[in-house]
Amino acid sequence: MKPKSRLHPPRWAERFLSWYCRPELLEDLQGDLNEYFDRNVKSKGVSRARLIYILDVLKFLRLYTIRKPEFVNLLINWIMLGSYVKTSGRSIMRNKLFSAINIVGLSVSMAVGLLMIAIIADIFSYDKFHEHHDRIYRITSQYQWLENKNDQGNASNSMTVGKAMQENFPEVEKTAVLHTGFGGDLQFGETIVSLNGLWANESMFDVFSFSLLEGNPATALKQPFSIVLTETSAHKLFGDGNALGKTIILNKDRQYTITGIMKDIPPFSHMKFDLLGSLTTREITKEDDREWQWDNVWSTYVYVLMHDGTDMKTFQSKLNAYARKNDNLIPNVKIFLGCQPITDILVGNDLNNQIGPTFGKITFWIFMAITAVILLSAAFNYTNLSIARSLRRSREVGVRKIIGAVKGHIIGQFVVESIIISLLALVFAFGFFILLKPHLLSLQGELRELLVLDISPLLISYFILFAIAVGALAGFMPALFFSKINAVKVLKDVSSMQVFRKITMRKVLIVFQYCISIIFITSMLILHKQYKHYLAFNLGFTTDNIINLSLQGNKPDPIMADLRELPEVQNVSRSRLITSTGNYWGTHMKTEKDPTDSALVWHNFVDENYLPLHDFKFLAGKNFEAKSDSAKETEIIVNTDVLKRFNIASQIPADAIGETVKLDNQKVTIIGVLSDFTYGKADSKNSNEVIFRYSRKEASYLNIRLQTKNWTETRAKMEAIWKKYDSVHPMYAKLYSDQIREGYDGLEASIKLATFMAAMAICISSLGLLGMVVFTTETRLREVSIRKVLGASEGKLVFLLGRGFIVLLAIATAISLPVTYLFFEKILLVQIGNHTSIAPFEMFAGVLGILLLAGLLIGSQTFKVARANPADVLKNE
Amino acid sequence: MKGTNLGEFEELVLLTIAALMSEAYSVAICDELEKQTGRSAKLGVVHAVLNRLEEKGLVKSKLGEATSTRGGKRKRYYSVTAAGKSALLKAKEVRDNLWNMIPGMSLKNI
Repeated sequence: MKPKSRLHPPRWAERFLSWYCRPELLEDLQGDLNEYFDRNVKSKGVSRARLIYILDVLKFLRLYTIRKPEFVNLLINWIMLGSYVKTSGRSIMRNKLFSAINIVGLSVSMAVGLLMIAIIADIFSYDKFHEHHDRIYRITSQYQWLENKNDQGNASNSMTVGKAMQENFPEVEKTAVLHTGFGGDLQFGETIVSLNGLWANESMFDVFSFSLLEGNPATALKQPFSIVLTETSAHKLFGDGNALGKTIILNKDRQYTITGIMKDIPPFSHMKFDLLGSLTTREITKEDDREWQWDNVWSTYVYVLMHDGTDMKTFQSKLNAYARKNDNLIPNVKIFLGCQPITDILVGNDLNNQIGPTFGKITFWIFMAITAVILLSAAFNYTNLSIARSLRRSREVGVRKIIGAVKGHIIGQFVVESIIISLLALVFAFGFFILLKPHLLSLQGELRELLVLDISPLLISYFILFAIAVGALAGFMPALFFSKINAVKVLKDVSSMQVFRKITMRKVLIVFQYCISIIFITSMLILHKQYKHYLAFNLGFTTDNIINLSLQGNKPDPIMADLRELPEVQNVSRSRLITSTGNYWGTHMKTEKDPTDSALVWHNFVDENYLPLHDFKFLAGKNFEAKSDSAKETEIIVNTDVLKRFNIASQIPADAIGETVKLDNQKVTIIGVLSDFTYGKADSKNSNEVIFRYSRKEASYLNIRLQTKNWTETRAKMEAIWKKYDSVHPMYAKLYSDQIREGYDGLEASIKLATFMAAMAICISSLGLLGMVVFTTETRLREVSIRKVLGASEGKLVFLLGRGFIVLLAIATAISLPVTYLFFEKILLVQIGNHTSIAPFEMFAGVLGILLLAGLLIGSQTFKVARANPADVLKNE
Repeated sequence: MKGTNLGEFEELVLLTIAALMSEAYSVAICDELEKQTGRSAKLGVVHAVLNRLEEKGLVKSKLGEATSTRGGKRKRYYSVTAAGKSALLKAKEVRDNLWNMIPGMSLKNI
């Protein structure tokens, strides 16, 4: 048997040929191909012969060989469709429980699918409003210092590249150069408005399709000191009055003329700004003497509009050649250039220095993968339950076949049925979608900026198509199964049908679903524990009852004096940054001993009140003393990690006092040593060498320690003080503990996502299990009754029926718990600093919950059957 | 339709059918063509041409007896119809006429 079958052409290719080929040509063609196959087997070997056979089959797929669809068949199918719908409706109504399980299960997972479709629709409509979006590219950069290439690359570039695009590359039609950092307080008469925007060159409106309501797009950004406002910004500043041609004062400094009012930026633009300033202004103000440096690739964005039909490969190689020519400009620095289509920016490669928030490729694919898993899981449920019910439906199929239905009709009927169920599920899923939408958007701050998720007719039609696809996918397997039923056998004796042959597959599915549930819920619990742990983390100093007030450029001293007047204010200090929330600022430090060993240390500028106010612990030495604003910097306070890093005074804190180090080429003396504390974020693994430096001028924040529980009242008082000094900007003050919590927003979002996914997975797997239990118990009703008559107790019967499922759940637990544990312990948590270990509670609480729920499901159903009166069941036999 | 005019390859196939007499089925035609012309004749191409010739009414075909080779599939034997014969003759006539127009000497000079 074996050798003969090995010399056979591939079965699927044969089947494909007979499927598409016209019957009158088929036999001859098959024969020809067989003859060639036999020849090739002899001359070229079996595998080559098979390959040639497949290729030939595909080659013969031509107009004259393809079978023409028969009109009569189409008509019959069309007529039968009505019948399918009718019988499907009946079958759905007859098995209310199964239908409900299917519909609810599908709708829950379809809701996720709908969200995903809406997200994809949003993402792919990004930047499509630009008329030339298919020809706009962003020139990206990659910075290499010696051999250290930052492999992520930057979305930003240098001014030099922007200029070169216009001048050296004939294939570039127009170049838009944008530069960050334009904006501030705009003053017109008495009105002051704070706005953020970009510097832009005159080609801005040629490249991008931002339309100007007033002003000339060709010249609006040509002259220095020109401003283009968006409609909303103009409204803020001028109300309903005319804005064009008016002069405003920016940051109490220079005058700018408004040369254009542009329509508000569409929601699906990857760049967002309130206003644009003409880039030519910078040539006059000369704000940055490094502006035209070749390696200053951090704050300029270059977008090019290519001529029609430019070959981007050639362009890229020209870019490379151009970049290599400039290698020698800055020693040790190489810049690599790339180009990225504007429509790829939102879900493209993760680049540093993006001009606005982006979605990120990895996030996108994680979303997609999770959706696929959930959706497949629900589709499995459907397949599973339908095949399980086949015992009941097989007689119907048998009768249909005897009356004259062919395979195609049976498949049609079951696929139609599952599509109807899926469309019903869509109605519920749409409800879920509406409910879930705001939750998804509030998951993370950036998502709300990125996505709109508006419902449009197009989106609805996508939803319907999606439902039909899900229905067809879920229904195909059962349909195929039913279509193969042997009518004669089934009608003679139903029980002869071997539906249980495929029981292993269904068991595997249940185990799979429960694994997913357990993994999600355990992950959620573990992440939650980490989150709680970080919020309560002992940072090494106190953050209780401290409010941080951002100075926003105001003078600190008068505000401090006024704040001290408040009775609830204990103390006020000033600092340059708020530590332990993820902010870093570094400088290089050297010791006297070894002038070549220069290392990065993190620093913060504080005044004499800062350390006592935050209860920093001194191991040796003393705090700063108050000095005047202009005093020269002579002293620093360090933590023990600094002593370790530079090996100062053999790492003995007391001996380190009085040692001198070099900071920014100045000698400073160590006057205090602090015990270790967390400078960055508790979950970061960055180094932790920290120095405190004294400065009264460098302050950006006031740290206010309060002695009150009534925040709202105190806040109102602070607000009144703030208004006295700054009437333009709203007060920005936050509790330190809130700021720390905000640093963990990402983690919180993951927990929310994991919770949601866990709920979804548990819901789907519970429904699947319920369906299976109901099916098993119902088919074994007779057996149970006989056992009962023979004297089995109810408890024993429950055990008998439930045993199989308990084993499945145990297997699922045994697989998923170690997987989750290893994933967190070996892969995820090791990347995070200061994490807590995984305790038995997180590992087993979720599993226990799930098992209890499953036990309840199994118990309720089996108990019902076990309690059934055997006389009722058996009297019909 | 470009009328009943024969293409070059069509003419070759038609001639091969006539030459093979009662043994003219697709694979044999391919083999014979390869043997005579020395260039490889792909089954797909020959098959398409046979189909077209039959559509034009230049050949007719019938299925032969089932044999144990070819996976038990029957062969389709082709034979030239009267129309095919006249098309072949016409093609030959055109060629002959053209040949006759060339004086023996001038061909040698080419």
